[in-house]
Amino acid sequence: MSSFKLNEANEEKFQKLLKRYPDKSSLSLPLLWMVKEQNGWISKDAIRYIASKLGTTPMQILSIASFYSMFNLKPIGKYHIQMCKTLSCKLCGSNKIKEHIEKRVGVKFGETTKDMKFTLSEVECLGSCGTAPVIQLNEEYIENLTVEKLDKLLDELL
Amino acid sequence: MIVNIVSKNFSIKNSHKLNVALKHGRYTTLKKLFSMKPDKVIQEIQESGLRGKGGGGALTGEKWKLIHKVNDNSKPTYLVVNADESEPGTFKDRQIMEFDPHLLIEGIINSAYAIGANNAYIYIRGEYAFWAKRLNEAIEEAYEAGFLGESVGGFGYRLELTLHRGAGAYICGEKSALLESLEGKRGHPRLKPQQKEPEWFFGCPTIVNNVETIASVPYIINNGFEAYRKYGTKKSPGTMLFGLSGHINNPGIYELPYGLKMKDVIEKLGGGIKNNKKLKAVIPGGSSCHILRADEIEDITLDYESLKSHGSSLGTGGMIIIDEETSIPEVMKNLVEFYHHESCGQCTPCREGCGWIDKLLDKILSKNGTKEDLDTILDMCEVLNGKTICVFAPSVAYIATSYIEKFKGEFLSLLKDSR
Repeated sequence: MSSFKLNEANEEKFQKLLKRYPDKSSLSLPLLWMVKEQNGWISKDAIRYIASKLGTTPMQILSIASFYSMFNLKPIGKYHIQMCKTLSCKLCGSNKIKEHIEKRVGVKFGETTKDMKFTLSEVECLGSCGTAPVIQLNEEYIENLTVEKLDKLLDELL
Repeated sequence: MIVNIVSKNFSIKNSHKLNVALKHGRYTTLKKLFSMKPDKVIQEIQESGLRGKGGGGALTGEKWKLIHKVNDNSKPTYLVVNADESEPGTFKDRQIMEFDPHLLIEGIINSAYAIGANNAYIYIRGEYAFWAKRLNEAIEEAYEAGFLGESVGGFGYRLELTLHRGAGAYICGEKSALLESLEGKRGHPRLKPQQKEPEWFFGCPTIVNNVETIASVPYIINNGFEAYRKYGTKKSPGTMLFGLSGHINNPGIYELPYGLKMKDVIEKLGGGIKNNKKLKAVIPGGSSCHILRADEIEDITLDYESLKSHGSSLGTGGMIIIDEETSIPEVMKNLVEFYHHESCGQCTPCREGCGWIDKLLDKILSKNGTKEDLDTILDMCEVLNGKTICVFAPSVAYIATSYIEKFKGEFLSLLKDSR
């Protein structure tokens, strides 16, 4: 049995979405999003819950969750800084921003701080090529980044 | 140079709100639309020559007609809007979703009616959380105002519209992978049929169109195909949201008619190369296109035919501008890393090949590479091109071959045995 449960608002959303798709299997991604929204990450427990809700196996849901890079299967820090590493950002100086973030936060990209406050990840093109360089702080885009702008932001978070 | 068809409302304050959108012409097509037979709508789009703006440039009207080829009315039809904008250098669809979401919804109503769909989905990339929220708010407003639901605009046509969020897989921008993902599976592209046919969502005929394509429909329905054909060239009619990024003074999105000189766009609208440097190369329409050297762009015009005749493609229209001081092997490494990371893993040549090229490039960039390594990369391209399910692996082959061919000196100078 799973101890995870959708909260009331998400349960309502789920019931509404059920009517919108020809087959409930479509709801695996929406449900994984709801889990992420409630817990911040996708636990094995939540995977079992989704599987039973959709009438499939936990393995099936795990195979889906592990395919999509945004469904982190381990807990992450309170602030998830995702830095775009693709070409336009690179041409506009993302390396400098990257080094500065590592220096200020004290861990390397790909790592989480011990106090679980920050997780740093490098990600592929975020679609902000015209406003490069960009980071995504949790869900928010912060564009046209400069070291000064970054410092102001990190001063608030650190 | 700039035209405002799709981008007409972009600079209007609060243009994403329904009450503002209504004041600026949104949903005015509905009366005319529902007075037309669906076939007539398809015909109008076909005659406008509207081409898909997601990268392929297929004729939208031709695509829509495929529905009739297979549909005997025993199954429902679906419309799916591809908002999985992830191609490096491409950031145009988010402008439509941010500044004029109701234009997209209006386009969806037009397009769904044309192909007989009562259910439509927008598949948006997971990272676009802000834009997903904005779209959801607009969809809710449209439901409340009766532009979606049981009877669209009171004209008796039923249309449900649902926003579906992806979760960070580039490959889901490939339409069959997108549908796999929409069916709740891993985003693995499907084998392609021998003859042209529509896509399939749970075994039902489905049309997948890019956001900008759908957003271009209302103008054509309102003003007629001839009005749209006034812009652009004979074979590439109309306009496109072109993007400029990289080493350019004025990066951004510009709605332009097809057929303008690339050089003028870079110099006049883009304001030239940053820091008074010289242009070295342009990646014309997203990372998957063949790179162009500065000397090659002299007579290129921004339309499908011109780019094709110069050995590249227009793609998504998102141009990445590269200055003289940039190392092309490093640019290639950056993009190969992207493809290595984003390969869905379904086909062995792609899953393994992208990684091998990435490793060999590492070796070359650390100055330990040999001529044989460079040849191995080119050999790998033979394996990548045309031997996989989707066009992802061929893109990597285009990148590798065109970058190495056109900037051979830069690669050779890094090799151990050439120094």
